[in-house]
Amino acid sequence: MANIPLIETVHLKKYFSTPAGPLHAVDDVNLKIYQGTTLGVVGESGCGKSTLGRVILRLIEATDGQVLFNGENVLEQSKHRIKELKKEMQIIFQDPYSSLDPRLSVSELIAEPLLVTKSIRGKEAINKRVSELMDTVGLAERLAVAYPHELDGGRRQRIGVARALAVNPKFIVCDEPVSALDVSIQAQILNLLMDLQKDMGLTYMFITHDLSVVKHISHEIAVMYLGQNVELASSDELFRNPLHPYTKALLASIPLPKLNKRMSQQEVIHGELTSPINPKPGCRFAARCPERTEACTKENIPLKEIAPGHFVSCVKYM
Amino acid sequence: MAKELLKIENLKVIYKTDMETVYAVNGIDLSINEQETLGLVGETGAGKTSTALAILRLLPDRTARVTDGKIYFQGQDVAEMDDTALREMRGGKISMIFQDPMTSLNPVITVGKQIAEALALHNHDNKTKEQIEERVEEILELVGIPGNRKNDYPHQFSGGMKQRVVIAIALSCNPQLLIADEPTTALDVTIQAQVLAMMNELKEKLKTSLLMITHDMGIIAQTCEKVGVMYAGEIIEYGSVEDLFEGKYHHPYTEGLFNSIPNIEEKRDRLEQIDGLMPDPTNLPKGCKFNPRCKKCMEICKEVDPPVYQDGEHKIRCHLFSNVNQ
Repeated sequence: MANIPLIETVHLKKYFSTPAGPLHAVDDVNLKIYQGTTLGVVGESGCGKSTLGRVILRLIEATDGQVLFNGENVLEQSKHRIKELKKEMQIIFQDPYSSLDPRLSVSELIAEPLLVTKSIRGKEAINKRVSELMDTVGLAERLAVAYPHELDGGRRQRIGVARALAVNPKFIVCDEPVSALDVSIQAQILNLLMDLQKDMGLTYMFITHDLSVVKHISHEIAVMYLGQNVELASSDELFRNPLHPYTKALLASIPLPKLNKRMSQQEVIHGELTSPINPKPGCRFAARCPERTEACTKENIPLKEIAPGHFVSCVKYM
Repeated sequence: MAKELLKIENLKVIYKTDMETVYAVNGIDLSINEQETLGLVGETGAGKTSTALAILRLLPDRTARVTDGKIYFQGQDVAEMDDTALREMRGGKISMIFQDPMTSLNPVITVGKQIAEALALHNHDNKTKEQIEERVEEILELVGIPGNRKNDYPHQFSGGMKQRVVIAIALSCNPQLLIADEPTTALDVTIQAQVLAMMNELKEKLKTSLLMITHDMGIIAQTCEKVGVMYAGEIIEYGSVEDLFEGKYHHPYTEGLFNSIPNIEEKRDRLEQIDGLMPDPTNLPKGCKFNPRCKKCMEICKEVDPPVYQDGEHKIRCHLFSNVNQ
């Protein structure tokens, strides 16, 4: 594995201003993603995982911090350079229903990124590339003239994948690409993404709320809670040995398709996400945490390496 | 022997438009006993919701039609009920929780009034206004919301709280059967766990039967006693949860469903996917509806409707088991 990460975020922050005060959507996130690997970002709605993905791609401007792509700070580049960089960094959106223009046919949709970036010129070359891409993502040739409304969710999401791949990116942010799909179709898309990674050496940031999906596809997993990264570890390590109480709660909340593990009220974590507007110092999970102590709410708790490659921000491990 | 509460025999539902006919439910049988939970699991378009709507006679009359079959609730044929009996049943004896708590509450009426509405409509013991108010607070506390929040509007609640309010409305008249149509799909996983645990507990406390509609095998394992796996409008496998999760034989679709779920406890390099898509409900394949996607498809599957293999309560609709000794 290369020593320089392909993507690195350094003290990355994004605050949205609201009438009630700054909303801390992404708060001091430090992540590294290496070439050819997948970083899973998992958390509940409102934890800032989608904002993080968009800030990295500069679809949203960050408040503070750095995003390094191959060592180059994306946030400081000129508009012109960003256009170049967007050929390297792409995104697959969650909803295959609303992320495709209903008035473009499948081939036009896939050709669109090629035309926008001018990476390939000439009608014939573009057509050739489009049919190549359709083949890669498993869309039948005859669908080239179809419109999105004629297709099911799985096929539409394949269009989304083809659009992201069109410009030969190195890095793709997958923002909940399978949450709108049925399980049997979900498996097809996950297999496709993993095959593409193997064949093309792609690097993914895989954003999801589904823990079983994230375990399956990720090498490393970052758990987010209210804008902060509370735990970071390799996929196996995180599931074998979760340390942060929130990670434990998340894992305990999954309804497993096994009969011997029926849930009882005691194991369920109580309370709900608190407001990310003007958060108090200290651990943001403290209000719901079953192992809360006084030290939790005194000051911010940094992410600390407990074991090689396993980071957690919790007073228990300070 | 537990008493039977709901029985469905050979139910068929179609949706007819000028252009085409959609075969949504194609002859399903099921029964729910008192205090029992039956899960219906399947993917989008399997006919789960159509089945639920047919029980309450809530299918849109202009397009949908029950072409065959009977639904008995407490021995009474639902199709023969007059308007009074139907009103009595809907919300009183059977109530329903819909998938999306954001859209099933009225945004301009306080949650307390929305609960009181159901109580006033089914007010058999002539409760006074004050008694209804009291009951509203009681029922809110029951689902874990402080009673003094009854004067709040839906937008003042989070998604999980809204779903609790919807459950409160559904339970307010002590129904014998609760139909929950994907009650936690719109919720986050920790909130989903809270709501499921609460539903399990309330079901015990209020002695309600539950029809749980979901696409999540995990939820089935956590809440149900009996399960029907639906595919293209048919129940292709039916039995107790033990049959389904630990039984020896399974329908290939059920197996496929299990293999498509990424497993938390073990690592596999690739998911075993089910290739292809659900068949078009306007043009269902001949023979077994699953045959175009089935890995174990035989010649006979493409021609002949599969027989039902039965072992006790466990039923599988598949040709594979026609030679197995019964």
